[in-house]
Amino acid sequence: MSFSSARGLLAAGLLLGASLLPAAAVAQQPVTIGMVTTLSTSGGYLGQDVRDAFLMAIAEEDGKLGGVPVRLLVEDDGLKPADGRQIVERFLKRDNADIVTGVIFSNVAVAVAPSVLAAGKFYISPNAGPSDFAGEKCDPNYFVVSWQNDSLHEAAGAYAQELGYGNAFILAPNYPAGRDALTGFKRFFKGNIAGEIYTKLGQKDYAAELAQIRAANPDMVFHFLPGGMGIDFMKQYVAGGFRETTPLVVSAPSMDTRIMGALGDAALGVRSASHWNSDFDNPANRAFVEGFEAAYGRTPTAYAAQGYDTAKLIASALRAVDGDMSRQADFRAALKRAEFDAVRGGFAFGANNHPVQDWYSLVVEKNAAGETVNRTTGKVLEKHGDAYAAQCRM
Amino acid sequence: MTLFLEQVLNGLQLGVTLFLLAAGLTLVFGIMGVINLAHGALYMTGAFVMSSVTMSTGSFLAGMLAALAAAAAAGALMELVVIRRLYRRDHLDQVLATFGLILFFNELASILWGRSPLYLNTPPLLQGLVEIIPGVAYPVYRLAIVAVGAAVALLLYVLITRSRLGMLIRAGATHREMVGALGVDIRLLYTLVFAFGALLAGLAGVMAGPLTSVEVGMGESILILTFVVVVIGGVGSVRGAFAGALIVGVTDTLVRAFLPGLLRLALPPASAAGVGSGLASMSVYIVMAAVLLWRPGGLFPAKGSRA
Amino acid sequence: MTPAAVFRPAWAAWRRDSAVPLLGALLLLALPPLAGLAGEPFLVSSFTRILVYGLAAVSLDLILGYGGMVSFGHAAFFGVGAYAAGMLTHHAWQGDLPALFGGPLAALPVWGLAILAAALTAAVIGAMSLRTGGVYFIMITLAFAQMLFFLATSLEGYGGADGLLLPARNAVPGIDVTADIPFYYLCLGLLVLFLLLCRRIVDSRFGLVIRGARQNRRRMTALGYPVWRYRLACFTIAGAGAGLAGALAANHATYVSPDLLHWSSSGEIMAMVILGGMGTLYGPVLGAAAFLLLSEFLPLLLEAAGFTGMKEHWRLLFGPLLVLVVLYGRGGLYGLLAGRRASRG
Repeated sequence: MSFSSARGLLAAGLLLGASLLPAAAVAQQPVTIGMVTTLSTSGGYLGQDVRDAFLMAIAEEDGKLGGVPVRLLVEDDGLKPADGRQIVERFLKRDNADIVTGVIFSNVAVAVAPSVLAAGKFYISPNAGPSDFAGEKCDPNYFVVSWQNDSLHEAAGAYAQELGYGNAFILAPNYPAGRDALTGFKRFFKGNIAGEIYTKLGQKDYAAELAQIRAANPDMVFHFLPGGMGIDFMKQYVAGGFRETTPLVVSAPSMDTRIMGALGDAALGVRSASHWNSDFDNPANRAFVEGFEAAYGRTPTAYAAQGYDTAKLIASALRAVDGDMSRQADFRAALKRAEFDAVRGGFAFGANNHPVQDWYSLVVEKNAAGETVNRTTGKVLEKHGDAYAAQCRM
Repeated sequence: MTLFLEQVLNGLQLGVTLFLLAAGLTLVFGIMGVINLAHGALYMTGAFVMSSVTMSTGSFLAGMLAALAAAAAAGALMELVVIRRLYRRDHLDQVLATFGLILFFNELASILWGRSPLYLNTPPLLQGLVEIIPGVAYPVYRLAIVAVGAAVALLLYVLITRSRLGMLIRAGATHREMVGALGVDIRLLYTLVFAFGALLAGLAGVMAGPLTSVEVGMGESILILTFVVVVIGGVGSVRGAFAGALIVGVTDTLVRAFLPGLLRLALPPASAAGVGSGLASMSVYIVMAAVLLWRPGGLFPAKGSRA
Repeated sequence: MTPAAVFRPAWAAWRRDSAVPLLGALLLLALPPLAGLAGEPFLVSSFTRILVYGLAAVSLDLILGYGGMVSFGHAAFFGVGAYAAGMLTHHAWQGDLPALFGGPLAALPVWGLAILAAALTAAVIGAMSLRTGGVYFIMITLAFAQMLFFLATSLEGYGGADGLLLPARNAVPGIDVTADIPFYYLCLGLLVLFLLLCRRIVDSRFGLVIRGARQNRRRMTALGYPVWRYRLACFTIAGAGAGLAGALAANHATYVSPDLLHWSSSGEIMAMVILGGMGTLYGPVLGAAAFLLLSEFLPLLLEAAGFTGMKEHWRLLFGPLLVLVVLYGRGGLYGLLAGRRASRG
């Protein structure tokens, strides 16, 4: 054998050896939960909040959920459906995950959920609730803890309707959740639509859209621009002088705690509709908010609340089957029962495994201490499900 | 009509940002013959440094000066360590080496500043609106960007055509060995030119920061457009970069603003948005392909420059 | 190289640089059972990706390494092949196409059309681009690739920017494509076939013209060869190869997205060619393996070495590594393994 061939053999051997490394790190006893979430890009803080709240729930039980030891694997999808798919393939095939959770954005959800369901594993979403899986394509192993996408914006539409606006200019990014958003808003807002724009997901410069709003001169503006998109748009909205002329009624993700903090006074007066707010006065929520602020030094967003509720839901089901994931039917039934203290107050699943819950109106204002807060002002919808539950035949 | 004029102004603003980036890129390309994919990383450096310095000191001016210095320094360092070894290499090697640099810079930025975007407010002096066109209140800050860009363009023109340094630059572009033989330290000249290009890129980053968020990878998206500008304008020609930048900036903005609306006459809103956005992004490349097929050297090819 | 060596018949080349490729082939053949023994069946899926990207990289090497055509838009043909497969499979399952496209022979028409679509795209783009040279060629190929990328994002009916899920992999007679291991061997077989084809091309008179044109275009033209036509043919064949790789990629992930056509994807394929060894045909496969394995295991290595916090920042090492290979690693990995003379065909 020549020298160069020997070197070739050695190199090949090293390469193969390196690729077998992970064989060393295998622990099968704990229940493996694969969390694929968005930790980078302008939507990164959403996934960070879900992850941190989930970790907090696990830490409260010393590495367990519902008394069962769990192994949480966290990966960043970077808001790319293709990457999310690869990560989930690894979770399912290499890590033998029983539960996949964490997906924030609906375009990733649509690409990722089918793989999980086809493998017969559980998919529990702390945030994304696309209409794709809420109706005919509902699945017994598919659960959403936050809301069905449309209903989030139906609440805003109902609130805008309650406030009596004649017409509205609406915008959202062009991806599944954005399309659900405008559909949902229009379902409950009975006024005219002065203009309807789909922006690009991740877009930063809204000069063109603002120019069109100026030309349309609507009574109000509704938008669904989660994460950094919301910050970018609002900054440019204020800079363009719209705050004085055109009020905003937005969906909750467009005015979350982080966006509000980044905008400061520019956020004052903006209204939104949400299923959760940090000022909800029930024991579970107070403990959660205090615990989160103590652990992470920041006020939790709704994403954190949803992540926490997801962890608690999984804990309640794990407790019911004592960590034995082979008892799939029992686990499924326990999930459906949802016997846990949700931080948003009551919690119940509808027929299509999406929540049925109350929706509240919020407004950003200064409190007695002069701080900018998002204050709950009233209830907009009660025990509201979603428009697709009837089509789900489970 | 006012909508159209407002969009034209937006287009000029984008064009000016592209010009600042393209000017540096085309000089480096024309004079040193190096394709530098990592140019966008210098833009990002300017934006990040300005954000952190402004946020910690509270002074926009301090942030800007620190950012320009940092960008120029990063550029000089990049040139000394990597670019210098690429002068004699073919374009493929330059592309790949600078591609590797992009990976490095993005990762470094995410270590230093994290993966979440930074949000900066426009400086208080430049906040507010002004009615430059009757009926349209246009943000002062965007106008300031256009003004700065125009000033830099003028400065560059004077520098290149009327100054000794500019003469050396033009000479170096056409007859590198000759300039060296005449006793000019060509290596120092190259480093200076590269650092100057980096400074311009940093300035573009400084100005863009308050408008949009500052995040890892922000250089790549604008880099591709910058290359299109350089190629349309003609490699090595600052005049070409200016023309190309304005063409690209205005075309991209106008098509992006009006095409979805036009498509909405025939398609449902979501489809119109998706198709419109895709086609609008394509428009710039179609323009570039058309220009190249008509004038293979670009609009204002610098005479004798290497391609 | 002596004149006699230049006109050596193809089969004689086997003697010289056959050791490394044969070893590599044996290793790849043995991978599934080895992975099973090691308790890591997921490796089969990882290596299938390597085979698919290796195929794309080999097709690029044909025009890049041998032809000297620096195309920065190769991912476009990869993506066209993938999307063709995706769209055809999507429609086949919706019932819009004849049963042939969805039945047990589905791979034949679907992959065949994918190859054809990619080849056609390459022919059209090549016809327009090959008239230019140098940096303009690089830029115009990039421009066309970006155009196709944005076109893909605007395909609302096929998911647009969010991508398109394939209902299932295309059936191949006699092979269970839904299982990891049979699909792996199918990809391996196709890669080997394509490598053999490229070897034949490169060692033939056609290949000699292409290689000669890379070294000195004027001389080849003076010798009477229509260089442009030869290059266009080469470009088209490379495009077809990338298209096949794309169809396989679409099948492997049962998913296509515009990211496949992005210029950074082209950059990655180029990096694979360079890392592995330009102008060697086998090198790019090594390069694909190195690139993909590094991206999967460098984070784990960092963690094992104690740099847990740096785990996600593996590109901090990978970037400079690429720079070093470009600056000093003439011949890439293949040159390292098989000796200098085997590379730079």
